[in-house]
Amino acid sequence: MSAKAFKQPPALRTFSSAFVIVWLVIAAFPFLWTLWGSFKIELDFFSKADWQNALTGARTFLEHGSPFTGDGYQGAWVQEEFWQAVINTAIVCFFTVAISLTFGTLGGYALSRSTYRYTFWLLIIALIFRAMPPITLVAGYLLPFFEWNLWGILPTTIIVLVAINQPFTLWMLHSFFQKIPKELDESAKVDGCTQFQAFRHVIIPVMWPGVITTGLFSFLLAYNDFAVTSMLLSKENQTMVPKIASFLGTTQTEGNVMFAVAAVVSATAPLFILVMFFQRQIVSGLTQGAVKG
Amino acid sequence: MKHKTFFWFILPTATAMLLFIALPIVSVVTQSLFTPHEQILKTVENCTPFNCTESTVVDLEATEKQRVEQPLGRWAGLSIYLDRGHLATTAIAEAWNTRTSLGNFVDRLGNLPFYRAMSFTLTYTFVVTPLLIVLGFVIAVAVNSLHRHLKGLVIFFSLLPMIVSPLIGSLVLFWMIDSRGVLGTGLQWLLSNPDLSLKASTELTWIMLIVYGVWHSAPFAFVVFYAGLQTLPQDTMESAMIDGATRWQQTKYVVIPHLMPLVTFVALIQLMDNFRVFEPIVGFNAEAHASSLSWFIFNDLGGETRLLSSASASSVLTIIGVAILLSPVLVRTWRDFNAKG
Amino acid sequence: MFLKKLVMASAMTLMAGEALADCEISGRVNIVGNEFPAIQTVGNGAKECTGGKVSANLTADHQKINVAGMTGNPAEYTSAIVANSSIVALMNEDVIRPLDDLVAKYGGGLKKNQLITIDGKVMAIAFMANAQHLVYRADILEQAGVNPPSTYEEMLAAAKTIKEQGLMEHPIGGAYMAGWNLAQEFNNMYIGMGGEFFEPGTAKVSINNEAGIAALEMMKALSGYMNPDFLTHDSNATNAEFRAGNVALMNMWGSRAATLPDADGVDPAVKEHMAIAGPMTVGGGKIPATTLWWDGWTVAKNISDEDAAATFKALTYAIRPEILNDTTSPQAVWLIDGYQPTPAAQGVFDAANAGSVPYPMLPYQGLLHSALGAELSDFMQGKEDAATALADAEAAYTTAAKEKGYLN
Repeated sequence: MSAKAFKQPPALRTFSSAFVIVWLVIAAFPFLWTLWGSFKIELDFFSKADWQNALTGARTFLEHGSPFTGDGYQGAWVQEEFWQAVINTAIVCFFTVAISLTFGTLGGYALSRSTYRYTFWLLIIALIFRAMPPITLVAGYLLPFFEWNLWGILPTTIIVLVAINQPFTLWMLHSFFQKIPKELDESAKVDGCTQFQAFRHVIIPVMWPGVITTGLFSFLLAYNDFAVTSMLLSKENQTMVPKIASFLGTTQTEGNVMFAVAAVVSATAPLFILVMFFQRQIVSGLTQGAVKG
Repeated sequence: MKHKTFFWFILPTATAMLLFIALPIVSVVTQSLFTPHEQILKTVENCTPFNCTESTVVDLEATEKQRVEQPLGRWAGLSIYLDRGHLATTAIAEAWNTRTSLGNFVDRLGNLPFYRAMSFTLTYTFVVTPLLIVLGFVIAVAVNSLHRHLKGLVIFFSLLPMIVSPLIGSLVLFWMIDSRGVLGTGLQWLLSNPDLSLKASTELTWIMLIVYGVWHSAPFAFVVFYAGLQTLPQDTMESAMIDGATRWQQTKYVVIPHLMPLVTFVALIQLMDNFRVFEPIVGFNAEAHASSLSWFIFNDLGGETRLLSSASASSVLTIIGVAILLSPVLVRTWRDFNAKG
Repeated sequence: MFLKKLVMASAMTLMAGEALADCEISGRVNIVGNEFPAIQTVGNGAKECTGGKVSANLTADHQKINVAGMTGNPAEYTSAIVANSSIVALMNEDVIRPLDDLVAKYGGGLKKNQLITIDGKVMAIAFMANAQHLVYRADILEQAGVNPPSTYEEMLAAAKTIKEQGLMEHPIGGAYMAGWNLAQEFNNMYIGMGGEFFEPGTAKVSINNEAGIAALEMMKALSGYMNPDFLTHDSNATNAEFRAGNVALMNMWGSRAATLPDADGVDPAVKEHMAIAGPMTVGGGKIPATTLWWDGWTVAKNISDEDAAATFKALTYAIRPEILNDTTSPQAVWLIDGYQPTPAAQGVFDAANAGSVPYPMLPYQGLLHSALGAELSDFMQGKEDAATALADAEAAYTTAAKEKGYLN
């Protein structure tokens, strides 16, 4: 960016830095609080008696002789085998992202290159599809999936997540492909390539930034999904989010909230690494891909 | 592109969507037009560990016969859409005819589940969507002016509210805003009102949900706008500078028009998502104060006895609601498309 | 009285008890059920059987999947573990089979009162019981100079005294969260007031009456002594309040009583002085304002007779008297031979002995429960009067019951 055009007067610079700091506090405070609290016992974290207990860990100290305890992590990872859910989540996320992007790039590319009117209607229909509440869709799947013995396994969940995610993926990738000049593949076709060869040799090499951005959103969807995973996966195949929800207990039975808190922190850590690792790609992907209404 | 080539390219995604979204939508629409058969009841004696009592059960044999004859159930037409749980036409007509004043009519309207849910959902949608767009824009501009080594870290923390599952995110906040939690206590101290409870009053619960909604979705707008800022046409900016445009004028005449397509995109997605608001209501245990169509569906499907027709009707109403909400945006897209044509 | 007899009888069988032969099955067993520890124990017990494949999917979402999972032919699940509220959905869909022949063949070790009989046919085998009853802080009540209440009126008076003496700000706790919990508290209170939910023999609701209004007014009065956030408190949150020492009196699930003082960091005063008693009555009624619950297992209809026999054998084996030991006994109020009630089980026993009624097993009770859960919160917030709230609940129920075909 041009430094000249964006050179800020000192007052504005101070204001904008202060704003960023305030925003960071608002955005991150709940998670830092959770991170700190995850090393406490439940009564301190809930702090029903006095909120300062959550900071000082008064009751944790009485129980464990130290204001910190790793019991939540121990319970979640060892006793409740949270690692199994982590592995399941990794599998679900990987395949959901890979398949979503494969289907989405092909479809999005075609939609961006066809000038017929039906492409517009296809995009609108996709948007309407996205309006359908996932919870109703899932309720509809249950019976056929049980009947065909597809219920409870990871592949079913992956393909459902892919399908539910397609409308958004299509829209994003379609806008992205529109930004890639048509002349590129047209000239390849003049040179004797078929449409697919043009796509394969000309478009694929330049599409990565947009694909990575779309992939990030697909990843987040699969990673955070609760409606689909909680209903379609059996206990041993559960991913992280439903597993965490199951730590919370039900009306007539005791949950273990601290397992859930420790698991929440554990579930955020890989995202931290991921974003730190991919932030350059994410930002540059967004830069070049951009999304256009 | 030729129709045939187009077909092969679109086939995988279209198949996935047809199988897993279109077919279920067809079955949901059908479901909403039919209801289960009349249940034939009979009185029998039931024995539990505690005692034996006279009780009523469904006569399965008699009911089964009906099921075989009409597998879809009874034709209900639009009656489910019009019943008290949804559009409540009869109740509205009655409230209108027996109203004592307009206020009385509105009160009685607010007592019907659908309209109560709509009053919250629409308030939520139309407050949250613009606020998150503005907030996302300001964050994007502010982050854009940071030193480049700081950007990565700031981007990660800015994304936190979005990348953590709403289920968990709202749960964490719910613990914090308890009247003895850290935020609850802080607010009590700020407003010097020791009895203040965010969870006990409807107005405060709405504000809390709206704040959560903005907090949760602002990062999405931020990421999109931030990307848009990277592609600002520098020559236009510079010529604006040379012409003596103030910073405000630059923003107004160059930056905002450049980001306009992105604003449309964010608005499209967020209007849809906010209209379907669900997780925060459950996460904040706010059922007593706020509900939405998605929450109705959840409630119908989660009871001991599932109300499939009712849940289906709510789903169809959601789609219709979204379509109405998005129609201005869609009309614009249609014009753009034709202009490009 | 039945539970007392049961305990006596079980004590004797325990002495004469002989270990059952190992469990040998030939068929497929797959169980779906909730995930609390007592059910885990049953699931693990069934898995000890050899000769066939035994699996279990124990999850909090069991109710959303059990009907679908038992509808196919052959059904995915050969057994669902249910309670008196949730067996109804399986009965309505006709996915569970009568067990009389299996009981005759393999159920020698079961007691008569474990058999859930509907229309003369055994439809489920119960293995544990539950009920809501009074949990209180003996020390606080003593300081305030009041006796443990046996009626809700006494509870109000006790709360008043405790508050006036400045011992506690919000002495009463209750799982009044809008939705299922609030409706359950209404059910309790309405039953205690002597109300009938439906006109006999029909699905026509009748709660908008004196008993209903009295029940709501009592709930409102109680809520005056509760934390102002009571409409967001489920039983987990209510227990947390009690553990933190903020609550002196509450109506709580028996299944939660055993672990209540156990958690890490519970106030020593709470740990030492927590006491339980039977459920309270209300409005001068004789029937306690609570409901009795059982948990039990069923066998799917759409499976081969071989699988059904295997399922029955495995689950009967899983609830044989020998499973009771120091770990499993406190997990629940077991209805199994040889169960020695722990002190924490006293409340549930008292509830049964005081003539409490079971939660109704009516096909349409769940619809009323949902309707109440959604419509009563307006009254609790003071937005409308009791009669309007009850009329709304009746209207919501009637709409749902019409849709399901229970009413015309």
